[in-house]
Amino acid sequence: MKSLTKILVMALVIAAGLGFPCFAEKIVVEGSTTVLPIAQKTAEVFMQKDSSADISVRGGGSGVGIASLLDGTCDIADSSRPIKDTELDKAVTNGKDIKAHVIAMDGIAVIVNPANKVGALTKKQVRDIYTGKISNWSQVGGDDRKIVVISRDTSSGTFEAFGELALDKQKVRPDALMQASNQAIASTVARTPDAIGYVGLGFLSSSVKALELDGVVPSKETVLNNKYSIGRPLFMYTNGKPKGLAKDFIDFIKSPEGQTLVDEEGFVSLH
Amino acid sequence: MTKIKERIIKGIFTILAFASLIFLVGIIIVLFREALPIFKKIKVFEFIFGKFWYPTYDPAEFGILPLILASIWVSTGAMLICVPLGVGSALYLNELASPGQKAILKPLVEILASIPSIVYGFFGMAILAPFLQNLFHLSIGLCAFTAGLTLGIMATPVVCSIAEDALSYVPRSFREASFAVGANRWQTLIKVVIPAAGSGISTAIILGMSRAIGETMTVLMVAGGAAVIPKSFFDPVRPMTAAIAAEMGEAPMGSDHYHALFAIALILFLVTFIFNVIAEVVSRKYRIKLGLSG
Repeated sequence: MKSLTKILVMALVIAAGLGFPCFAEKIVVEGSTTVLPIAQKTAEVFMQKDSSADISVRGGGSGVGIASLLDGTCDIADSSRPIKDTELDKAVTNGKDIKAHVIAMDGIAVIVNPANKVGALTKKQVRDIYTGKISNWSQVGGDDRKIVVISRDTSSGTFEAFGELALDKQKVRPDALMQASNQAIASTVARTPDAIGYVGLGFLSSSVKALELDGVVPSKETVLNNKYSIGRPLFMYTNGKPKGLAKDFIDFIKSPEGQTLVDEEGFVSLH
Repeated sequence: MTKIKERIIKGIFTILAFASLIFLVGIIIVLFREALPIFKKIKVFEFIFGKFWYPTYDPAEFGILPLILASIWVSTGAMLICVPLGVGSALYLNELASPGQKAILKPLVEILASIPSIVYGFFGMAILAPFLQNLFHLSIGLCAFTAGLTLGIMATPVVCSIAEDALSYVPRSFREASFAVGANRWQTLIKVVIPAAGSGISTAIILGMSRAIGETMTVLMVAGGAAVIPKSFFDPVRPMTAAIAAEMGEAPMGSDHYHALFAIALILFLVTFIFNVIAEVVSRKYRIKLGLSG
């Protein structure tokens, strides 16, 4: 019996020495697919620096993230829109105290296929295309072809931010295609010559063309100096003041090092 | 002692057998409980025949006619592909294939059935959709046609496998009797074997249809997702399952949107339930007609 205790103690000591992860703290980060690249990158670098930290990052959409936070199934909710009143009401009934942390800025770029002649639109034209008043590229200076309108599904914060900032809360035309992520929109637009879509700045690449809006190119500079009109803050929400690992992680993202990563991922840093 | 053991084992298996009944009843209760509140806000008729689906706007519109029609179009497309393909390959496997061919083909068909639906979705999205887009000069490849084609390929092994089983259950004596009265192979197939296996083949088709109408991941990825009444096979559509999958995560629990999604699920359940009942009735009727039931 005694020797068994000895072995157990020894095993524990060895385990502790090896950094046995039984004392590791684990947090779950869930939500916006726009914020996802930031959360993934920063979590990766953070875990490299602190091997005892265990941060699991998931997408799903802003609405999904906030719903999980309210249900207590995640610790940090990523969101590309401010929390809604209905969600705050639910937080109160669930006894949660939701705190917002702005972690970066983002612009929503309107994108078309690189083969498209159109290189600039006014905000009104974008609104008319998305609400159904304009259906042909020839009406905005392009070829005589039907416009394929691509939008995000309703659980997307980008969808809501775009609806608010670009469409004045008008309804998106019912025949718009709904895609489940920023990446899905970017790749569909890249494959479809007549398509128009919208994505966060971090998803711009050479395979799609970002349109000038009212004469302003969407870029980090124009979002930061408020010239580009579809810009927005990106959030992480926590229940109450963040503690422990959640606090360290959010502090890290807001730090100069974290913000450099934000910048590298193609978003607009806060500094 | 053995008697007690037997009793215990019998009890365990009785519980297992009734477990599925409990799950079924539980699911039905939940579906009704979560779906019915929406019908206090909106009439059943307006829900089913409403033309606009704007669940997140204020005021919200909950018309699911575009979603129902999308499901019907996509499943019809799938049927047009999987019935001839599935039944045809079952006939070939059962009647014409040499034992060597059959030994290779049958397992291959079954492997096709075991490919996860998301893989079909990727295939449809990344290969089939761009291909059809170029082939037919479509403005977008993600449409009812592509979804129907992908689902058709998916449902083919289900149809083929069950139909082939049905054909193989046709007693040898039926064929022998037919040959004995001078019928040739084709006449035997058309007049004797297919009618005798008719119940199994109908079941196969109906189950294939259930699979097509209930499939979610593939249509979410391939159908395009536009909640509009489809005018042609090449329009993007949003089948019922895709709407539920895309929106359930967002809908705040207990909201009208949440209940509306459950109501869609309820309608979907009733449709597949009716299909299964029809499959059961058809197969019984045939069995009795042929005197095959015990």
